[in-house]
Amino acid sequence: MHRDLLKFMLFAAMILAAPLAFQGGYLMNVLVFVGINTMLAIGLNLLLGYCGQISLGHAGFFGLGAYLSGVLSTTYGWNPWQAMPLAAVVVGSLAFLIGFPILKLKGHYLAMATLGMGIIMYIVFNETIDLTGGPSGLSGIPNLSIGSLDFDSDVSSYYLIWSFTLATILLTLNLANSRVGRALRAVHDSEVAARVMGVNARLLKVQIFALSAVISSLAGSLYAHTMTFISPASFGFNFSIELLTMVVIGGLGSIYGSFLGAALLTLLPEFLRAAQDYDIIIYGGLLMLMVMFMPGGLVRGVPDLFRRLLKKGGDRHA
Amino acid sequence: MQFDQLLQYTLSGLSTGAIYALIGIGFSIIYNATGIINFAQGEFVMLGGMLTLFFLETLKLPLWAAIPCAVAASTAAGMLFERLAIRPLRRPTPINLVIITIGGSILIRGLAMLLWGKDTHSIPSFSGDDPIAVGGATILPQHLWIMGITLLIVAANKFYFYHTISGKAMRACSYNRRAAGLVGIDVRRMVLFSFIISSAMGSVAGIIVAPLTMTAYDVGVMLGLKGFCAAIIGGMSSGGATVVGGLLLGVLESLGAGLISSGYKDAIAFIVLLLILFVRPQGLFGKAQSERV
Amino acid sequence: MRIRVISSLIVLGSLIVATAALAAAPIKIGALFAVTGPASFLGEPERNSAKMVVDEINAAGGVKGHKLELVVYDTSGDATKAVQLATRLIKDDKVLAIIGPSTTGESMAVIPVAEKDHIPLISCSAGIKITEPVKRWVFKTAQNDTLAVGRIYQQLQKQRVRRVSILTVSDGFGSSGREQLKAQAARFGITVVSDDTYGPKDTDMTAQLTRIRGIKPDAIICWGTNPGPAVIARNARQLGLKIPLYMSHGVSSRKFIELAGDAAEGIRIPSGKVLVAGLLPKSDPQKKSLMTFVKDYQRHYHAEGDHFAGHAWDAVMLLKGAIERGGNSAATIRDQLEKTRQFHGIGGTFTYSAHDHAGLGKDAFVLVEVKGRDWVIVK
Repeated sequence: MHRDLLKFMLFAAMILAAPLAFQGGYLMNVLVFVGINTMLAIGLNLLLGYCGQISLGHAGFFGLGAYLSGVLSTTYGWNPWQAMPLAAVVVGSLAFLIGFPILKLKGHYLAMATLGMGIIMYIVFNETIDLTGGPSGLSGIPNLSIGSLDFDSDVSSYYLIWSFTLATILLTLNLANSRVGRALRAVHDSEVAARVMGVNARLLKVQIFALSAVISSLAGSLYAHTMTFISPASFGFNFSIELLTMVVIGGLGSIYGSFLGAALLTLLPEFLRAAQDYDIIIYGGLLMLMVMFMPGGLVRGVPDLFRRLLKKGGDRHA
Repeated sequence: MQFDQLLQYTLSGLSTGAIYALIGIGFSIIYNATGIINFAQGEFVMLGGMLTLFFLETLKLPLWAAIPCAVAASTAAGMLFERLAIRPLRRPTPINLVIITIGGSILIRGLAMLLWGKDTHSIPSFSGDDPIAVGGATILPQHLWIMGITLLIVAANKFYFYHTISGKAMRACSYNRRAAGLVGIDVRRMVLFSFIISSAMGSVAGIIVAPLTMTAYDVGVMLGLKGFCAAIIGGMSSGGATVVGGLLLGVLESLGAGLISSGYKDAIAFIVLLLILFVRPQGLFGKAQSERV
Repeated sequence: MRIRVISSLIVLGSLIVATAALAAAPIKIGALFAVTGPASFLGEPERNSAKMVVDEINAAGGVKGHKLELVVYDTSGDATKAVQLATRLIKDDKVLAIIGPSTTGESMAVIPVAEKDHIPLISCSAGIKITEPVKRWVFKTAQNDTLAVGRIYQQLQKQRVRRVSILTVSDGFGSSGREQLKAQAARFGITVVSDDTYGPKDTDMTAQLTRIRGIKPDAIICWGTNPGPAVIARNARQLGLKIPLYMSHGVSSRKFIELAGDAAEGIRIPSGKVLVAGLLPKSDPQKKSLMTFVKDYQRHYHAEGDHFAGHAWDAVMLLKGAIERGGNSAATIRDQLEKTRQFHGIGGTFTYSAHDHAGLGKDAFVLVEVKGRDWVIVK
């Protein structure tokens, strides 16, 4: 437990110091989105890595959080700080309700059902034009602010977003080490065995589903208030798949893995920009290579790689 | 008039559904042999169309020659994909395999974009564009081709899986890969076979649909998604059930667009599918299985 | 001896570099285009023509001795990326002005960035919201959908058509058209009797058309970009629809005729003049620009320069004009842009003012029809 806390403090210190290194260049802006994607990846990882349940529709919860918060604060003049928690509660309750029938499904049926759920939400964002602005999007969403401090610059939104992300990390670390975390791992390994041990597996799964939806919704609200513009295109099936990729590439069941996955997949396109039209091919190829050579994700693969390199170096010396 | 409309919706739905079915069967074959949900399946559909175009326009082959060449080339691509991406995988957990196929689909799509550009292209119909009247509704000759070829392929599949040694071996793999290995079936070879068959089928689907829908480097995404849904409704069967699944999806979309709301047509189709799954969590045709622990 | 030669060469070289730098520090312009992704039909031609015209300007000696330096980023049509890249252009590349983005959604997302950082933005997308209400730093070159819709309705009114069915694509382009089609109908004495949509990747629209056939409108208006409208044209032919079919400027290219084949015959669209540049009378003030543009584009890219490519051409030329009139910083370029008067570009004749940052009038669109596999002007 102490080691975990120490690790977290180190990580937090690194995150808080990062802006000093970037001096307000555009990468600051990209790092803001790394924060949002980290939250999303952690939310999905809770479900996929800890609980063993796949979701191909998490972009829907992300979008729902963004739209609820965006519409309430823009069209109805709510204070964003009130709109955000309300959105989270609504999304969480919705996830809780659909969680019961959906999580009864297994394997590819679950994949298909969550995919359908995501697509239905996407269509609703597109079609309820009077409310959401439809495919042209919703603009003029207010920034979050505290007193006279408006979170509208890259640096201020960086600290805003990352304080939420760090809080999410702390929460999930705690959860993973608690009774719930142990029950989750039991469900992941064998649902039947867990049930025999007195774990209410079904309720637990639904609760985690709802929690992960709440995290996605919060990330969505933050996204809306940072971008000040949202459109359905950001919340489609492709983004659900991208989130899934972040979680797997980072490492299933690892919180910091989710950060690594989110950071890599958000930053990679920026670095590949130099390759111009070839970026998409390199991106696809890298994804495949990473799964091939780091099947346990970055969080296990990178230390492994180092160890092997060191060992080789050591062998040569001997 | 009302009846004519209904007939037209149904016919249109059936002909779109036949395509979904054909793509869906490709999904099922790979799934059964390997347990992989192959997200790159849609890209083989795209390759079918784009390669036909390539042989037609760039190499100036006639249509009857371009089509088999395109099928052969996409099948080779499918083989290559299995050899280079699936077989070397060190820890083939289902989720890792999913990500591999996602990476593969991005790669194939990117290559197609670089090779052939981003434009949409049309391909000539196999036998003209003069509509055929069916009652008060109309269909195109190409629709007949689509339905005919789908039927033919389903029949060929049935024959392969039930009346040939290699087909039976593939079925054995789908029931229990380890047991199949123990009785001397070369499981890896079967995996390769499944990729060959389904990439060939995907490309055929892409070719027969291209004269109607036109083709571009990115048509595979949507068609792949629909084919996936068809396969799931059909309980991942490689025969009739997936065909029913595809046709059902096509008709639902068409009726949804015509009778309720065109904007929500996909949502309507998915809501019906979700309801089916909620009532029958084992799929439309699956029997309730007792879970092995 | 050798050392002396080398050192004098170095001195000479550095002198040349220094004077060159003093004489003409290049002016950096940023561009955000959706070169890949679903809107690549906009972004790719836009990037091509922006590069082409910048090269030409530089080859001719630049603007007032300054070379132009164009930094292009691909947004993939993604609003989040567009915002990141706009920040990159402003903070890292330190550009004085930004051209693009290609789609209305991306433009709306980037506008707050440009407004906050005081950088002039010339959007290449059509959405009316971009410049209405007028934003201090934001201009645009693409014709408003209002004008395109107005052009169709004007014709329908002339033919005493009262009942129209609309069929629009469910993306930014289609939904903006749909809004305008519904909003303006009453002004022309027209009723929209049915309102259907289709998905951008849909492959069969017979269901919607069958429904429309049952309603029996006097005309059908379809709003979308390739390939959807081509599929609709073919589906309409399959169903034997005899109702006149109008489409949007989204298919204003020969590509559409190629895709729809015989089914394109008789379809009418409002289009930028570039599509029929060769058919325009000599007296047309845009004729010169249009012919230059079409020929250059054909020579460089062996492709048809459509009006989407024209949006970027116009944007670069407008910037060139502003710099020629004395713009040398973001703020002065903005002020000079606003003083643009009677610039005959590809999209139309631009006149910006403090109250109008779209700058185009009704004459931006002509009505054209497919006849004998080519576009002709409807008289």
